[in-house]
Amino acid sequence: MEPVSYREGFLDGWVETPAGPVPRVVATLRARDILGRWKVRWGIGRGRYRIAPRLYAAGNPVPESPVLVTANYKMTWDALRKELGGVDAWILVLDTDGVNVWCAAGKGAFGTDEVVRRVTESRLADVVTHRRLILPQLGAPGVSAHRVRKGCGFGVTYGPVYARDIKRFLADGMKAAPEMRRVAFPLAERLSLTPMEIVGLLKPVGLALPVLFLLAGIGPGVFSLSGAWQRGTAALAILAAGILGGAVATPLLLPWIPWKAFSIKGAFIGALLAASGAALYRDAVGPLQTLAILSALPAVSSFVAMNFTGATPFTSPSGVEKEMRRAIPVQAALAASAIVFWITGALAG
Amino acid sequence: MNGFRYLEGVATVRLAEASCTGCGMCAKVCPHGVFSVPDGKARIIDRDACMECGACAMNCPGNAITVSPGVGCATSILNGWLSGSKPSCAC
Repeated sequence: MEPVSYREGFLDGWVETPAGPVPRVVATLRARDILGRWKVRWGIGRGRYRIAPRLYAAGNPVPESPVLVTANYKMTWDALRKELGGVDAWILVLDTDGVNVWCAAGKGAFGTDEVVRRVTESRLADVVTHRRLILPQLGAPGVSAHRVRKGCGFGVTYGPVYARDIKRFLADGMKAAPEMRRVAFPLAERLSLTPMEIVGLLKPVGLALPVLFLLAGIGPGVFSLSGAWQRGTAALAILAAGILGGAVATPLLLPWIPWKAFSIKGAFIGALLAASGAALYRDAVGPLQTLAILSALPAVSSFVAMNFTGATPFTSPSGVEKEMRRAIPVQAALAASAIVFWITGALAG
Repeated sequence: MNGFRYLEGVATVRLAEASCTGCGMCAKVCPHGVFSVPDGKARIIDRDACMECGACAMNCPGNAITVSPGVGCATSILNGWLSGSKPSCAC
């Protein structure tokens, strides 16, 4: 029997089965689970935030109890188990390399082969008398229900998209109401995804900084350190504003900004920020610098907003590629002209 | 998903009605209501809502559905262009 660490804090005992003892899950989250979720939202320890893939028990399951299948990302696991208070069920956790159901299904890690392998390894057929698995609906891109049946004899029923509907789904005789089959993308969820967008940009920004400050030093006196500092910090502020526009403001305002392309939404927010900034500092910046701000900020915001497509549950790869082919040349042209305006503005003093 | 419509006329999902067995799996697994199975045959009722996740094709026992599946993620597509291989995300 593989050891299960009680230090993980979500187990409180064992349930005896013909296939050996199965650890039992606690259905309540503790402060450390909330803190853990917050940390991975910021990308801290995200790759290690996983639990042991195996069979678990919720409540006091019997051989007739339903089998719920999920991923071994700890955040996914917590989202499921906190909905299982008062539910008697088996939970089969797949090895998805610590990735959530939706993304793992897209990669095939939450997939037909892994379902079959885990059903066989856990000796599920000895534990339950029925032959049915309940999979989260968003696992369907990686799993072929009819091939799972062929592979291990278990039929697949796709449950609701969200774990919060699982009790109702079970109570209704494994039927999902139409609204339980649709993804949503509410404000709170969009907000929770923005930290990762910013964290992901820290490295490229760090690499760009030396170049930015070097260019900032170019002035009437060939190269000036004070100019590098002044114009460099101003450029960094523009870059930061563009990132906040594309990675925070655009995602939050997503459904209310007109146009469908994310690059256009982001450019629009960037243009608003640029116009406000230029108006606010109109006494400090010359006409060429103003043009530089008006080109740079929308370009950055547009590019960053375009990358938010990956965090949404509704953009198609065909659509994103079409958008990118049109947007990237425009973003590059805006960025290039911003640099020209910026340097000529500095040379003009 | 009101307010969350993406580009129109690009989705690659296609349905060969002749091969459809009317099992209804496509309508069940689709998170965007692209399919309807009104009278024993599936129909595409909202192609532009499709995000090409591939769940329908994966779960169609009659192989009646084709779609070029993938993740609608700019970073992933950019990585694919830069490395000259398949799109790959870091998520």
